[in-house]
Amino acid sequence: MLTEVAQLVLNGLMAGTILAVPAIGFTAIYAVLRFPNFSVASQVTIGAFAGYVANVTFGLPAPVAVTVAFLVAGLSGLICDEFVLRPMRPTGPLAAAIAAVALTIVLENVVRFWFGNDLRGYDLPVLRDWRFAGLRVSPQQVENGVIAIIAMACLFAFLAFSRMGKAMRAVADNPTLASIKGIDSVTIGRLVSFVGMGLAGLGGMLLGLDTSIDPLTGFRAVLTVFAAAVVGGLGSIPGAVVGALTIGVAEELSLLVLDPAYRTAVGFFAILLVLTLRPRGILGERAF
Amino acid sequence: MENYLIAMLVFAGLYGLMALGLNVVWGMAGMINLGLVGFFAVGAYISALLTKVLGMPIAVGVLFGALGAAGAGMVVALVTAKLRGDYLAIVTLGFSEVIRITASNEIWLTNGTDGISGIPGPWRGEVTPEAFNLIFLALVAVVVTIVVFLLQRVRHAPYGRVLRALRDDDQVAAVAGKTVIRFKVEAFALGCSVIGLAGALYGHYTSYIAPDGFVPLITIYIVLALTAGGTGNNYGAVIGSLLVVFFMESTRFITEVVPGLQAVQVAALREMMIGGALIVILRLRPDGLIPERMPRIDLPDATLTEEKKAT
Repeated sequence: MLTEVAQLVLNGLMAGTILAVPAIGFTAIYAVLRFPNFSVASQVTIGAFAGYVANVTFGLPAPVAVTVAFLVAGLSGLICDEFVLRPMRPTGPLAAAIAAVALTIVLENVVRFWFGNDLRGYDLPVLRDWRFAGLRVSPQQVENGVIAIIAMACLFAFLAFSRMGKAMRAVADNPTLASIKGIDSVTIGRLVSFVGMGLAGLGGMLLGLDTSIDPLTGFRAVLTVFAAAVVGGLGSIPGAVVGALTIGVAEELSLLVLDPAYRTAVGFFAILLVLTLRPRGILGERAF
Repeated sequence: MENYLIAMLVFAGLYGLMALGLNVVWGMAGMINLGLVGFFAVGAYISALLTKVLGMPIAVGVLFGALGAAGAGMVVALVTAKLRGDYLAIVTLGFSEVIRITASNEIWLTNGTDGISGIPGPWRGEVTPEAFNLIFLALVAVVVTIVVFLLQRVRHAPYGRVLRALRDDDQVAAVAGKTVIRFKVEAFALGCSVIGLAGALYGHYTSYIAPDGFVPLITIYIVLALTAGGTGNNYGAVIGSLLVVFFMESTRFITEVVPGLQAVQVAALREMMIGGALIVILRLRPDGLIPERMPRIDLPDATLTEEKKAT
């Protein structure tokens, strides 16, 4: 029993580390642009498929293919924001949120149009699971976790040390003050759309490496991503990490009492619980 | 062909009901509901189970379907009532997914992904299928008319004015002494009850419901219908639904225009066009075809009273 729980917690932490990547993307966009960009779902899928093309069609190894996933999803997110969502934002955050849902439907079907509905798997070496102290872990999971941690470390370094990163935090913190200081909010908006959706795409590929991908990959994952962001505190980047680890472990532990089909529902109930008891989430809404 | 047209009109009526429900929530009170297909499903499942399993009359099933959806709406609205609208968007989106997961997995209750078949319909089996179609169309038309009438009353009543005040600025409404949370929760529940009513009727019309029928795309249809018709306008909601059904059906002929597509690609193109249409309308004509007109309120003539005072 104890090793079973330990195994579940370990799996949860692994899943949470990967989940943190798209959750950071979603929450960072919220922090700067102040609307829930639901099209993160489709960028997760686009990243997963971009990585698939790089990995299977062009034969790049998975750790290289994830950068392709990041770049393609980031670019797609940037273009969509520029031409679809940004013009909508002055109307109000909710109009932009609705447009983002419509955008998700469009992009998901662009992927479906080219790739069809079939499940696809990445080209990965088959490796034996590592075992220690009665626990099992697959080398692929470890590799995914390491990629996720590297991506997050890069992001935190970018936010903490680079000029653009600091500008981004300034806009998230106080847009009026930032604009008085001469920070161009449009440029920052573009930057956060690129980085945020890039992270979503990278996360999509990491999710896909564990299982397989199809045009609904992003949509299935997105409720969990929202849950991670809300539980950690919507708009807080460290919060997204804490939230993702919490949701990851909670989903795995739910297997002890619930049918695996209800795994996604755990995120929803976590959202309800947090909104009722502590609406600002674990770490509050401060961006960084 | 006639049957096809009648069936499409019935669907337009059902979508119209959902758009009317959304209009209460979004058009009047300014709250978002991105999971309305979930409330539609709640109405459909409750009514189907009550009439098929417990053998209750259809009218009772439909009533409880609407009430059940209202109850679910109340819970969702209560949890997010004090928070910004963004949270309601996330929670409603999640709600519809959880409903779909539950409907797929609680096999003892909902028969899982196989769905529930043989849901009774009014006079189904006693009359020819053509006559059933016509009867149901008449029924839906009557229901839509009644709902439009009632919601127009709400809109023109002081109650509707409070909802519009909440939509435009809930702080002002609070300063004017309105209990913002109560109004928000009531409006959300009222809207969801109409959506649940549409769901219940849907089950009795098609005689079969399954989790596959309650996909997020339907939410997009309805948002599209309301936005195209005119957010805030009850007539616009109905007309927008007719347009959406017409638009969706005409995209079927895409295969004749673009040859050599596989079935998946055709389906993908159609969904792309629906989503694209919503984006284009939001961008180019956010007020819709029939923009909302504020009800006229006759104010007492201020100058007249001044004169009276003077004399």
